[in-house]
Amino acid sequence: MPDLLTLAMGGLTNGAVYAALGLALVIIFRATRVVNFAQPALALVCAYLAFTVNRATGGYWLGLLVALVAGAVLGALTERLLIRPLRSRGNELAPVIVTLGLLLVLQAVCGMIWSAEPRSFPYAFDFRGAFSPASVFVVVTVVVVAGAVLLLFGATPLGLRLRAAALRPDVAGLLGVRVGLMLTIGWVLAAVVGALAGVLAAPPFLSPTVLDTVFVYALTAAVIGGLDNPVGTILGGFVLGVALSFVSGLLGPELVTLAALAVLVLVLSLRPHGLFGSSVARRV
Amino acid sequence: MPALVRHLLWALLALVLVVALSLVIDPFTNVRLASVGYYLLAVAGLTVLTGLTGQVSLGHGAFLFLGAYTVGLLVIHAPALPIWVDLLAAAAVSGIAGALTGAAAARLHGPYLAGATLALAVGLPAVTQRFPELLGGSNGLGFTVSSLPPGLVGVVPTTRWQAWVVWATALLALVVLANLTTGPLGRQMRAVRDDEVSAALAGVRVGRTKVLAFLISAVCGGLAGGLQAFLLGTAAPGSFTPALSLALLAAVVLGGTGSLWGALWGAVALVYLQAGAEEFAHGFDLPTDVANFLPQAVYGVVLIVVVLVLPNGVHGVLRKFSRRRKESTV
Repeated sequence: MPDLLTLAMGGLTNGAVYAALGLALVIIFRATRVVNFAQPALALVCAYLAFTVNRATGGYWLGLLVALVAGAVLGALTERLLIRPLRSRGNELAPVIVTLGLLLVLQAVCGMIWSAEPRSFPYAFDFRGAFSPASVFVVVTVVVVAGAVLLLFGATPLGLRLRAAALRPDVAGLLGVRVGLMLTIGWVLAAVVGALAGVLAAPPFLSPTVLDTVFVYALTAAVIGGLDNPVGTILGGFVLGVALSFVSGLLGPELVTLAALAVLVLVLSLRPHGLFGSSVARRV
Repeated sequence: MPALVRHLLWALLALVLVVALSLVIDPFTNVRLASVGYYLLAVAGLTVLTGLTGQVSLGHGAFLFLGAYTVGLLVIHAPALPIWVDLLAAAAVSGIAGALTGAAAARLHGPYLAGATLALAVGLPAVTQRFPELLGGSNGLGFTVSSLPPGLVGVVPTTRWQAWVVWATALLALVVLANLTTGPLGRQMRAVRDDEVSAALAGVRVGRTKVLAFLISAVCGGLAGGLQAFLLGTAAPGSFTPALSLALLAAVVLGGTGSLWGALWGAVALVYLQAGAEEFAHGFDLPTDVANFLPQAVYGVVLIVVVLVLPNGVHGVLRKFSRRRKESTV
């Protein structure tokens, strides 16, 4: 029987990654009411770029920096080229399909360039033991970044403009907020957080589909927490990570995705907008 | 002419065309023809759910998975049963799963529903790892279906017979679908898609309509999966990845959401985009990695381009074209 503390610590590390990727989803959902299904692929491209830089220079940190910059560029391009033209359409399905299309394209491009073979991807620090420096680094980084994002949204003039542009675009525009720019900034911010999550999630092996299940768990965390609630999503990510780690260690790793599905169905059937989501009255 | 008779005549005409086509093409192309048949059924089912009722499902591959494994298990453990009983069982099993999914999903909207169904597509094939003796683990099940009637052995090649069975089943199911969707149920589905609140005020039972849509599309998906198992003689988790679910959705969007004719263009595109991309990669001697991922990249580009440029899909373009021609002749 595996040690419960080891399981909990491993779960926290995984959960941190789910929380970060979930946070990226929430930032975009709040800004444009779109669930960005391309998020794992954007993060994947960034992780592969980090991998290439790591290989070329032998260092970890330059690779991480390149991944974050690439995330910013990809986020801005996606919003401007693919999401902006759909804003006036008012169709719920269109952005879902477009981001899914982008997911397929980017994943395929990664496979074409870096092949489907798993590539070994380094940890930032030594990863051995329950309280390994690598795990602590992941958890601390995600907590710090999440705190910074919350502060940015809650306590800065830029954050106020971002929220205004998302909540009441027309009024915000009349008051002098550059709504289009704010939406792009939201996507950039989210894609950078996503890129960070990708680099943290990639070790020990990077392959074109490695982030698929991570994304499903991140989406589960975001849905549990409420898609418009960043704090709920971050908590959801950590709780889900620990819970799934126990399922994996005590019941068997093949049950993890099913357990996530069970949690999702249970939470959603009790509260269709997540545990901490603000529900919109639309029933008659 | 009543709708049922009209639909039956159309289906009969289509079956005659398919049989005629199957007589002139080689066995390999017959397998492709049969593949178009079962994809047509799966895509048509998803069209009813996503196009007509407005419920985005990213997990339709899960129902194909259930259908394929039901047929596989029955062929292996109850070889005496005729194939049509196996197919009915596949439809029933995935219909039950569809009704359960629908009941759980009826309260969900847009992104929440998409997330839950995606988790279904990722989670369900993992069951095969849990029961490796029964379900064959990641290698899946392999079996041979001998359904050729004794009188036809040696007269009709197996692949031709398979194409007939697949298309006959798919067309029969399509007649039922066409009848349901042109009737009152279809109107209720469209009402739910366009505005749930107004639909409820007008007396449509929204939850019941959504569950029915899930049930119908799951039965189609299960039948399609069963037909795939019947055709290929395998059922393996690797064939039912989330990428399959997304490809089915791509086919719905490409054909034109909300029209059963669109499902035909979508299914043809699914089979021939894959084949075309493979031949292209082979013809231009592209590296293996590029060749392997080319079909997926093409699906992705198709999804993006269709949504940005042709929001009503191929069928929308064709309909506009034919309408314009009618107007110009009048």
